[in-house]
Amino acid sequence: MPDGWVGRSVPRREGRDKVTGAAKYVDDLHVEGMLHGATVRSTIPRGKIVAIHYEGDLPWDEIVVATAADVPGANEVKLIQTDQPLLADGVVNHVEEPIVLLAHADREVVEKARRHVRIEYAPLPSVHSIDDALAADTVVWGTDNVFTHYTAGQGNVDAVWADAPHELSGEYTTGAQEQMYIEAQGMIAEYDPDAGVTVRGSLQCPYYIQTALCPLFGLPPDKVRIVQMATGGGFGGKEEYPSIIAGHAALLAYKSGKPVKIVYDRIEDVTATTKRHPSRTKIRSAFDDTGKLLALDIDFVIDGGAYITLSPVVLSRGTIHAAGPYRCDNVRVDSRAVATSSPPHGAFRGFGAPQSIFALERHMDRIADYLGLDPVQVRRRNLLQQGQTSSVGQTIDEPVDLDKLVDRALADADWVAKRKAFDEHNASTTGPIRKGIGLSVFYHGSGFTGAGEVHLASKAVVEATAEGRLRVLAASTEIGQGTNTIFSQIVGDAAHVPIDRIDVVQPDTAHVPNSGPTVASRTCMVVGNLLAQATADVVGQLQGAGHLPATWDAEQFTAACRAWYADHDALVGRANYQPPAGVHWDEKNFRGDAYSAYAWACYVAAVTVDTRTAEIRVDDFVAIQEIGKTVNPILAGGQIEGGVAQAIGWAVYEDVVWKDGRVANPQMTNYIIPTAVDTPPIRVAFLEPFAPQPVAKGIGELPMDGPAPAVLNAVAHATGVDPRGVPLMPETLMDLLTTQETAQ
Amino acid sequence: MSHVNVTLTVNGTEHTVSVHPMARLLDVLRTEVGLTGTKEGCGEGECGACSVFIDGVLTNACLVPVLSASGTTIQTVEGLEGAAETLGPLQQAFIETGGAQCGICTPGMLVAAASLLRRNPDPSDAQIREGLAGNLCRCTGYTRIVESVVDAARRMKEARS
Repeated sequence: MPDGWVGRSVPRREGRDKVTGAAKYVDDLHVEGMLHGATVRSTIPRGKIVAIHYEGDLPWDEIVVATAADVPGANEVKLIQTDQPLLADGVVNHVEEPIVLLAHADREVVEKARRHVRIEYAPLPSVHSIDDALAADTVVWGTDNVFTHYTAGQGNVDAVWADAPHELSGEYTTGAQEQMYIEAQGMIAEYDPDAGVTVRGSLQCPYYIQTALCPLFGLPPDKVRIVQMATGGGFGGKEEYPSIIAGHAALLAYKSGKPVKIVYDRIEDVTATTKRHPSRTKIRSAFDDTGKLLALDIDFVIDGGAYITLSPVVLSRGTIHAAGPYRCDNVRVDSRAVATSSPPHGAFRGFGAPQSIFALERHMDRIADYLGLDPVQVRRRNLLQQGQTSSVGQTIDEPVDLDKLVDRALADADWVAKRKAFDEHNASTTGPIRKGIGLSVFYHGSGFTGAGEVHLASKAVVEATAEGRLRVLAASTEIGQGTNTIFSQIVGDAAHVPIDRIDVVQPDTAHVPNSGPTVASRTCMVVGNLLAQATADVVGQLQGAGHLPATWDAEQFTAACRAWYADHDALVGRANYQPPAGVHWDEKNFRGDAYSAYAWACYVAAVTVDTRTAEIRVDDFVAIQEIGKTVNPILAGGQIEGGVAQAIGWAVYEDVVWKDGRVANPQMTNYIIPTAVDTPPIRVAFLEPFAPQPVAKGIGELPMDGPAPAVLNAVAHATGVDPRGVPLMPETLMDLLTTQETAQ
Repeated sequence: MSHVNVTLTVNGTEHTVSVHPMARLLDVLRTEVGLTGTKEGCGEGECGACSVFIDGVLTNACLVPVLSASGTTIQTVEGLEGAAETLGPLQQAFIETGGAQCGICTPGMLVAAASLLRRNPDPSDAQIREGLAGNLCRCTGYTRIVESVVDAARRMKEARS
């Protein structure tokens, strides 16, 4: 048992409320006099709004109606840019774009009314693929449909091709993915002329919503209060879109003077809110006979949808991760985020990295195939070592031992024996069943990219009460990942007090400081560290006043607090983010220290493919990672397992079907996420930390990066076909198998 | 259609509510009876977040018109053994083994797990996965849900012996 709370599997702090049905999510909240809101959305991908008709036998005089003209401030959803309106004004740029808001006390009336608002359009041409966006025959954004263009890398790839012993190229694609949190999105807003706007709801980032709502209503931050309710999953899907729902509910509340609840049903949630960016990656590589990489030329494009939203930062992370955890002297990553006429794609666990890592890790297996080498051997030939630099010029300072990571994964997965047994089975069988095993090696940067954490300038506060209780104040949200528990463990250790004396305050912008958004695997590493410092500030004040000795126990801490309050009104510890020394990022040239820490991983998937039905079943999954210090093994394991299952879904089950820019399968009955039966046992282990003084690296997104290429590499091993895209649906695999059969 | 009176026994207490006969049992439980532990995930019987017992049978409350549940005995997550003061073995296992993350599928998952353990007090991992296949979870990858049910079965067995 470790000394202290960190390192122990402390049970989830809010677990009791969650297992008794007591936890209150937004739809569980009823506010007296509340109206129900609904959203009328565009039915076409792009066009001018000619007229809006309110039809049908409905009490229109009782129904609150809001359009763009009712927005009291600027009709812009402030994020990185302000190109997205809260409500379409004269023109729509994607299917399901919000145009009119309605509210009524009777939910059935408002739902009926929603279906009786008829909008006349003059359609305009639209764009529905990355290729069409790049061709720019139809321009839907700027002058060329390109939101953002980055060039990153090192060396000179063009000098390598002429003398390269081997060259291999390939094109890889990844599809959109729906977050499919089980709790659909929702908000309840209230407006009071004196107090301003108050919004409660399902969300990841309270201060993002506050930032968006202030200009919409022309209100200062202290008149826009955002409160997080218990939140039933986020995965990035509740990062930026909640600002829009909050704005809608608040606008209806502002216009009606009554509380307004908007809770989406599943179809509205899936069709209207964000998804993972679809991507297309072209890789041209040069290597020697042993598989040593000589050049990687990567052209990475993501589909951002109709507005820019978070696409530049998604692209940035995908760009930085595109060359993987490998040493290569000549790398060029040319990357673009482009506009199409689908609803904006947005944050989703992994944030661009799963897309570019999928392409590279499939490509690494193809290099091995081309050379007739083992895929493990080709990767080992290139793994980054301590002191080497990544493709963006970041020197790896920590004593990484990626071979050890790979060794452990192979041992746990029984790689050698299985690879051999599967090869023998596949060569000798006359039946339809094929078996394969595949791997991926990857890393994921913790926290905001580059100078992002400096710009965020996060703050956290720990208050001590006269009874010696500690109140944790941060905007970081518990969305299932364990924020409440790990914060308690970190603060408990810093103050030497039991966990049950710590209260993690529910994020509420009226009470908690801005510790930054709950994204980018940053909560534990960045905010956890701030809370340790804020607690140390409390301890320092108690010691400075002579109330607490240099070493102390919980009872002495309580006594010290009591003594402090004899002549003080409050005891507040504060911490502000300070960048680690010696970390530099050159945003313009995309060079330098992209992240202050990386988590490293090797994943192995074993699959069975039925060649008659082209069904793929993942039988076994081994996930080995180095994450520095593990704060809570059960919660950390849960993060990895959940991410792996979600990524297996992306790899072989979850197919977003688009029809003219609209999702055609927006239900759980036709967009298939893995069930308990579809998911293999996921065997997780955390390697001993590489560094002697390890930090707790971010882990929320890491498990999304590796499974898709590992599974597809296993399918390639099982069948001999060369799948290049996810999701690999049976239809696609059937075509590949048929083509292979015809060729033989 | 006008409202009708429907009588339900929910977690041991009788309720008579005046509702539209085609109102979903899920909505009646949440708004009329005031028990919000039963959740809605999909509204079409796919996710199992609204799982309840109707006369002891595991059912998706979102698919049941309230009139057809008239006179039945309903048990929700709030009425599971140990959901009040001291936690029961299932709830304890879900907290300690990591079976609950965001918590939104948890009520339905607990009801489905209780149903499974009533039918089969000592299920194998495969039987647990099969038994919970009607309940979607997006957080856990199911590994720790399976372990939680195994753990709960063990606790129940110890309590019996």
